[in-house]
Amino acid sequence: MRESTGGFRAWYGTGLRHLVLMVACFAVTGWIVLRLVGEPRAERMLLWFVGAAVVHDLLLFPVYATADAALRRLLGVDAHPGSGARVSALNHIRLPALAGGLLFLVYLPGILGQGGSTYLAATGQHRQPYLSRWLAITAALFLVSAVWYAIRISRRPCRSP
Amino acid sequence: MYGLALLVSLPLVIVTGLLDYAAYGPQFGQALPSDVGWLRLPPFDWPTRPAWLFRLTQGLHVTLGIVLVPVVLAKLWSVTPKLFDWPPARSLAQVLERLSLLLLVGGILFQIATGLLNIQYAYLFGFDFYTAHYFGAWVFTAAFVVHVVLKLPRLVSALRSRSPRGELRAARAATRAEPADPDGLVAARPGPATETRRGALALVGGLSLLLGALTVGQSLDPLRRTALLLPRGRAPGGGPNGFPVNRAAAAAGVGEADTGRQWRLALRGGQRTATLDRDQLLSLPQHTAELPIACVEGWSTRQTWTGVRLRDLAALAGVPAPVSATVRSLERAGLFNQAVLASHQILDPDALLALRVNGADLSLDHGYPARVIVPALPGVHCTKWVNSIEFRARNA
Ligand code: HEM
Repeated sequence: MRESTGGFRAWYGTGLRHLVLMVACFAVTGWIVLRLVGEPRAERMLLWFVGAAVVHDLLLFPVYATADAALRRLLGVDAHPGSGARVSALNHIRLPALAGGLLFLVYLPGILGQGGSTYLAATGQHRQPYLSRWLAITAALFLVSAVWYAIRISRRPCRSP
Repeated sequence: MYGLALLVSLPLVIVTGLLDYAAYGPQFGQALPSDVGWLRLPPFDWPTRPAWLFRLTQGLHVTLGIVLVPVVLAKLWSVTPKLFDWPPARSLAQVLERLSLLLLVGGILFQIATGLLNIQYAYLFGFDFYTAHYFGAWVFTAAFVVHVVLKLPRLVSALRSRSPRGELRAARAATRAEPADPDGLVAARPGPATETRRGALALVGGLSLLLGALTVGQSLDPLRRTALLLPRGRAPGGGPNGFPVNRAAAAAGVGEADTGRQWRLALRGGQRTATLDRDQLLSLPQHTAELPIACVEGWSTRQTWTGVRLRDLAALAGVPAPVSATVRSLERAGLFNQAVLASHQILDPDALLALRVNGADLSLDHGYPARVIVPALPGVHCTKWVNSIEFRARNA
């Protein structure tokens, strides 16, 4: 008995429980896929499903990682490892930039004024693009962050060596 | 940490989503998608009490779904190094697990993307939202459950291994990467810390709060205008009818021609048909109720409705104890130009055929000459521009 479970582990890579869980997960998905093959535009659903993961991993993630690395280089953050005493501007730029980017991503249809006719049919109002609102909110976030940075700097005026 | 937050909140999103499906009344074949096999909650009657039930469940579903976006992205950020692992597979178990992770990650991003586009009326995806979001939810849920069962022991040991309070108190200069873990998630050569753990959590929490602050207004009347970037942050004009509309009369093809003086309501019960005009309806006993109306898209509002009780109309039609009723609209096309109500939804004392709202006649966009309003019933089933109601007795 021991022998055979050991053999299974070596062949599969881990215990039987893992395999049972995996089979259960794929059974549900498989059943759904079979049900959806006849559906109009099923291939678009598949495209969006896989596309969502791919766009995140191969587009969004590299974009924000690269932007962050560029920002660090610009501010010379990596050059002063552990320089805790220095007030760095890094997070004061990162924070409002991230917030603005996130708002853009989440409220994108409104900001870019997508789907005007569906919007009109549903709400009885004409869509006003929210681009200026988004710009104003983002600008306000940058402003608050800059003021906060200024306060932090002014609080430790003669700390530098 | 992010894992823990998601472990607690995602089940709420999943359950409220499935409740939305149940609220449509799948027993009458009117939930979408209509044929879901065994992939649904056990059948039950969606209650009419508390009246704010659907407002709460669907408001939670959408608001929580939006608020969780930064947490999901942070979680993905923290596991992304794994994605670029090389070699990609060391065993069959690992190949399968990676596939299941594709379902997990693809699933959550798919649900978020389709949900967000739907509530903002941008059907860029070009497929049926209900089918996609419903089955997408089950693909995700299966992968989520399996993931939790596999990783729960590790979550517990990770949280036990270091004092969470100590980690949260540590200053940036004292913030160290975690010791190597069996999954190889911790960076082998981490860069210097640019942020404390406390700071990282505060950042993600802060972003969630920001999204929450810009979203709750669509479900709370006094804060409506704070939903600055969402369609339902705008109130259409003022006055008694100045609350958000779903489906404008013009889009439904309903105009003055159908709703003028010649409009009649047909009440059917078995062989009998009674026909009433609006003045006759207004001369019947009127009942006023303050009730929320909540859209399946998550926004809601509370208004004061006046009209005739549905149970009085059932009695007029000769069916005082109906098992169900079909309400039809003047709207000719459209997915929601009719709805079936269950017995308790007709008999509830606050279930109305509303003629007036906030002391004025309904506006055309809000369903003039008459519309249904039933406590806790999804807005799409509160049929507008009602044309006929057919009550069914037990043996009909
Ligand atoms: C883990 C993530 C999610 C899961 C598992 C999930 C699950 C579900 C389920 C099962 C339904 C019922 C669908 C039906 O009745 O056909 C539903 C409805 C809905 N969900 Fe989600 N959802 C998720 C995220 C989101 C997000 C992020 C949003 C939007 C911000 C959203 C918006 C909606 C809307 C608007 C509906 C109502 C659809 C309708 O009945 O018209 N969902 N969800």
